[in-house]
Amino acid sequence: MEEDSDSHQDSEKELRVRKIKDGMVIDHITPGNALNVLKIVGITGKEGMIISIAMNVPSKKSGTKDVVKIENRELDLEQINRIALISPNATINIIRDYEVIQKKKVTLENEIQGVIKCLNPNCITNGNEPVKSFFKIVQTNPIAIRCEYCDRIIDYDEICQQF
Amino acid sequence: MNFLGRHIISIKDFSREELDFILKVANQMEKFYQDGSTLLKGKILATLFFEPSTRTRLSFVSAMYKLGGEVISLSNPEMSSIVKGENLTDTIATVQNYADAIVLRHKLEGSSKFMSEISRVPIINGGSGTKEHPTQAMLDLLTIQNEMNGKIDGLKIAIVGDLKYGRTGRSLAYALSNYDVDLFFISPPLLRMQNEVVSDLQKLNVPVKESEDIMPIIKDLDVIYVTRIQKERFPDPTEYEKVKGTYRLSLDMLNDVKDQLIIMHPLPRVEEIDYEIDKTKYAKYFKQTYYGVLLRMALLALILSGDNFDF
Repeated sequence: MEEDSDSHQDSEKELRVRKIKDGMVIDHITPGNALNVLKIVGITGKEGMIISIAMNVPSKKSGTKDVVKIENRELDLEQINRIALISPNATINIIRDYEVIQKKKVTLENEIQGVIKCLNPNCITNGNEPVKSFFKIVQTNPIAIRCEYCDRIIDYDEICQQF
Repeated sequence: MNFLGRHIISIKDFSREELDFILKVANQMEKFYQDGSTLLKGKILATLFFEPSTRTRLSFVSAMYKLGGEVISLSNPEMSSIVKGENLTDTIATVQNYADAIVLRHKLEGSSKFMSEISRVPIINGGSGTKEHPTQAMLDLLTIQNEMNGKIDGLKIAIVGDLKYGRTGRSLAYALSNYDVDLFFISPPLLRMQNEVVSDLQKLNVPVKESEDIMPIIKDLDVIYVTRIQKERFPDPTEYEKVKGTYRLSLDMLNDVKDQLIIMHPLPRVEEIDYEIDKTKYAKYFKQTYYGVLLRMALLALILSGDNFDF
């Protein structure tokens, strides 16, 4: 299997982002959200790994998309699934020696702990207490999550604004 | 049905069967209320109230004494280590060693829920933020049931006033979602019941109507539950002045109401109900405070002694 999906070939032709030898390609990211994806998986850019970002590139499937390529590193499943919060159609390609050895879709988990901040200033998770935020999904398209402590509902825009 | 050691965090955690059972036990508590009891002898209840309270705290204290238990209190946070910067987690971790159950009132939403995750003794939510007041909702159910000939099903119930920030109206609405009732939310637009509550109730197939004016429906109602409109919630004081009169229940508004109508209020009352109404047969808000003791006696008995008691 080639590294990139058919939808990514357009950008390949123009050499916007070169193929990587080993690592991970996060493809089909909702356009404009590549930087948010990096934030939500906890990559700041100071880790030293090589990261390539393509934003708003043409895609046969969805018109445009963002792509992130991370070299010589693979994210764990929990990090990958966080991506589903802001980019539910993203796919993950694991690359070894320029070949895609595994391809999977991100999965929206029903429970999200510690990633998103509750926007209710009076929520116990925003007080001076040793408690992590904890949300459950109440709606998937568009996404909405509900704080298990204070019931505050946080929608897609509010999630994106946090990153 | 065994409630031994159970936390009381949200009214949403209780099923219809559980609520009916608690109401039944509450009515059985009348005997202990009259004669006293030693059921909870040797047990200690801690009351931690970080926000003002008259009825909730005193009725828990009264209920505990009626059942032969003891109470320790942190009624004034200014006198506790909270002012030294101690958080609630450390406070609960400490107080759980002093008491068999803890009643907590705190301004932070979810405070009781989180404390129930760390406390080894039952936490009873005595009111948290603007969202939850489960024991008030239960005593409101008890009042409605007892004052409406033993049934809640089939009633038309209006919850009036500050539905956005008032935790009592919100908790009662969730409590009533277990019953076959028609709900009417009457409030100024600024203080409407939060969308998530209306949406939750609709998912549970509870008939809900929202309105700014009670008068078109007042003659059809069985229960009017009035809540205080909190002046401090209005960004512009003139807006408050405009709406406050609209949500004040006066004697002349009751000309065409049903004979068996009951008027309730979680109290404190400021201006929402004319004092003249107090003398009418409709007024049940002080009877509610009596039911509050019975209900809290039932909860304490069930949580601290399980179902091992005879009447």
